[in-house]
Amino acid sequence: MTGELDFWREAMRQGMGQTAFLRALGGELVEFTNGRGRMRLPFAPHLVGDPATGVIHGGVLTAMLDQACGMAIGSALRAPTMMATLDLRIDYMKPAAPHTDILVESQCLKIAHDVAFARAVAFQTTPDEPVAIATGTFMLSPVEAKA
Amino acid sequence: MRDIDALLAAIPYCAWLGLGARVEDGALILDMPFDAKLVGNPVLPALHGGVTGSLLETAAIAQILWETGAKAMPRTIDITIDYLRTGRALTSHARAHIVRQGRRVVSARAEMWQEDAAKPVASFRGHFLVG
Repeated sequence: MTGELDFWREAMRQGMGQTAFLRALGGELVEFTNGRGRMRLPFAPHLVGDPATGVIHGGVLTAMLDQACGMAIGSALRAPTMMATLDLRIDYMKPAAPHTDILVESQCLKIAHDVAFARAVAFQTTPDEPVAIATGTFMLSPVEAKA
Repeated sequence: MRDIDALLAAIPYCAWLGLGARVEDGALILDMPFDAKLVGNPVLPALHGGVTGSLLETAAIAQILWETGAKAMPRTIDITIDYLRTGRALTSHARAHIVRQGRRVVSARAEMWQEDAAKPVASFRGHFLVG
């Protein structure tokens, strides 16, 4: 039972966590346990959305926040489950400073039968000075056990 | 009207995503070819939610630049994305429209689809600071 759960958590960390897109962005999972977690994205030239200022594209933050919300939920689930984002709301508090890493902290707020709720904050100094905050809702589908 | 395709090519993140723009029946449409790096769920495989969000936000920004002729890049205030269907390993398209243009803020909506425009993959609304 515990072994199965550990296996799924590991798969979650390596498979769902290490998505191709996160790797391509250059993002890293720092830690996810029991419904909370942290990710990091080092600054890179291919993330820039405004060449005049060097500020990274909002879509980069969307990707980090989406995945951080999903991972927080994943780390809180007690059974193997597939997740799909249902909706995501993002408020951009201030432009991200160029040439500076982005950190994201996320928290699972509630796991219901079919849906789960999470929030995340992206920042560069402390979470009290957010670059962007997100609220996400995810659909849950149980993974059938294979014989 | 501005050459949005050239503008996208000059934005590093948009060029990296492979975004292109064209005008069809008087509407600006963004295209994003599938690429293995865009995957968020390797089992299906499905596009990462952040890829869908990136295409939609870019479509809204491109529409604002195209329609208003704004010189500076619009700054995103907030966005909401509804994910309606799985984004599959196919070319994606997006189209945006301005709902209201104020002096400082533009309210825009956008939709993304793949093979069938009547079956959107995601819909988007957002507010942008201009000027």
